Amino acid sequence: MSTNGMTSWAVDLKDVGAIYPFQGSEVLLVILGLAFWIGWHIWQVRHENAELASEKKRGTGDKARKFIDRY
Amino acid sequence: MGDNITTLNVIFTEFYYWVTVVFMFLIHAGFCMYEVGASRRKNHMHTLMKNTMAIPLVTITFYFFGWWIYFAFINGPGIVEGGIAAAEFAKPWSPLMATHLSGPDPTMGVSEADAALWHRLNGVFWAAFLLFSITTASIVSGAVIERARMSAFWMVAVLIGSVAWIIDASWGWHPSGWMVKLLGYHDAYASGVVHAIAGGAALAFLIVLGPRIGKFRADGTPRDIPPHNPWLVTIGLFLIYTGFWGFYAACNIPMIDPGTIAGQITGETWTTTNIYLTPTSLSAITFNFLMSLSGGLLAGYVISKGNPFWTYSAGLCGIIGASAGNDLYHPIQAMFIGAIVPCISYKLHYWVERRFKIDDAVGAVAVHGYGGFLGVVIAGFMLWGQPSSPYEGYAAINPLGNFIGACIMVALGFIPTFILAKILNGANLLRVPREVELVGLDFQDREAYDAAVADVTAAERAMVK
Repeated sequence: MSTNGMTSWAVDLKDVGAIYPFQGSEVLLVILGLAFWIGWHIWQVRHENAELASEKKRGTGDKARKFIDRY
Repeated sequence: MGDNITTLNVIFTEFYYWVTVVFMFLIHAGFCMYEVGASRRKNHMHTLMKNTMAIPLVTITFYFFGWWIYFAFINGPGIVEGGIAAAEFAKPWSPLMATHLSGPDPTMGVSEADAALWHRLNGVFWAAFLLFSITTASIVSGAVIERARMSAFWMVAVLIGSVAWIIDASWGWHPSGWMVKLLGYHDAYASGVVHAIAGGAALAFLIVLGPRIGKFRADGTPRDIPPHNPWLVTIGLFLIYTGFWGFYAACNIPMIDPGTIAGQITGETWTTTNIYLTPTSLSAITFNFLMSLSGGLLAGYVISKGNPFWTYSAGLCGIIGASAGNDLYHPIQAMFIGAIVPCISYKLHYWVERRFKIDDAVGAVAVHGYGGFLGVVIAGFMLWGQPSSPYEGYAAINPLGNFIGACIMVALGFIPTFILAKILNGANLLRVPREVELVGLDFQDREAYDAAVADVTAAERAMVK
């Protein structure tokens, strides 16, 4: 048993194709990869919304003026 | 030097490794920037010099004995048959460790076969491995900033950079290493042999050294000691990423024919191989390097809630976590491994900090130690059953072999460093005095600097009419 189908290098390299593990799962990997990418954007937007809301609430008055002066 | 194709291949290989060395120097520029950025102003010059002087110290000791250890200790010695292996070309007095044009000289221990292979490759191979050595030592440097004595760190740097890591490389990162033969150990881009051992050494050093003054409150909860210059830290990490391109390329043999490998591979198709002489390609590792870096950055951003320090570190940890198998993974597999490993390492970092009061100033144990260890273990599962070598009779890659190998890597860093740190601590050579730590390690230099500035500005002011 081998995760890429190869158990020995007693082969002619001109006859060898893909050597990554779990061949045949490429479409599933792409789907999972796309889900990871989309999921990251969803998480990031939510996180940024929460962060901006918090900063909006806290950045007022003297504290805001002090930060403006810091440039 | 044989026929024209052989000549071209040798000169191409010589130039190839030379380029990797130049790239890898960026890792050290990056480490210096990163550490200085992470330290406070009162410790800048000390931090810089501590890291910088590891370069010449590891260089000369790696010339004197490190390079020979790599070839001589492949059998343990004493773990598999063979004792200390012959490596005349790597002894510091060998004519092949200097300018040489390939003529054999048996009276000086230069055989025809050694001369043909090593006369142009010895210097560049040595230098590529040397840059791995300096990297291993530099990883430890960051963890112990702002309180370790330079003398102590430099002794540890030589121990790790020119002895311990190269023993593990001889065992698990050589085509004939006993760990490859017996365990089927696979660690193509050094998750274990460079990173886990350095993480183990850093952890041992930190346990004996103790935290910086003020790191923990009276109730034991940790304080954040923020980097004085986050920009410098991030640019330093970018440089480390850039240097890693050279690191990855240097872990490959760029072009070799099956006849030279003299293993089981048949036919006449030339190939790139990893350090174990099994086929891969520069294209494969380029895919996987970038995808694992990206997985690490994306996951690091989430787990640290956008903290730049940890996002960048997670990018590096993503590469390290996938490195053991990045010669063979599919790029999307590399991305997921690169995403998962930094999340675990990040959580472990804070758990260890709270539970054991370990003050790892730059997260070196997490990024390199936990990340490297996990990377080797994951590769054992992902590559299960694949041949570890082009030669017959070697164990196949397997989870147990890689797990044992990962433990050996951490232990090879931890045990010798712990012993040396204990000895240095006993001799009062490990840590700077409390008074010096409080005012800063640059206090005397800073005073001299201020006096020089006052002197020259007063003189210039006096000249103004």
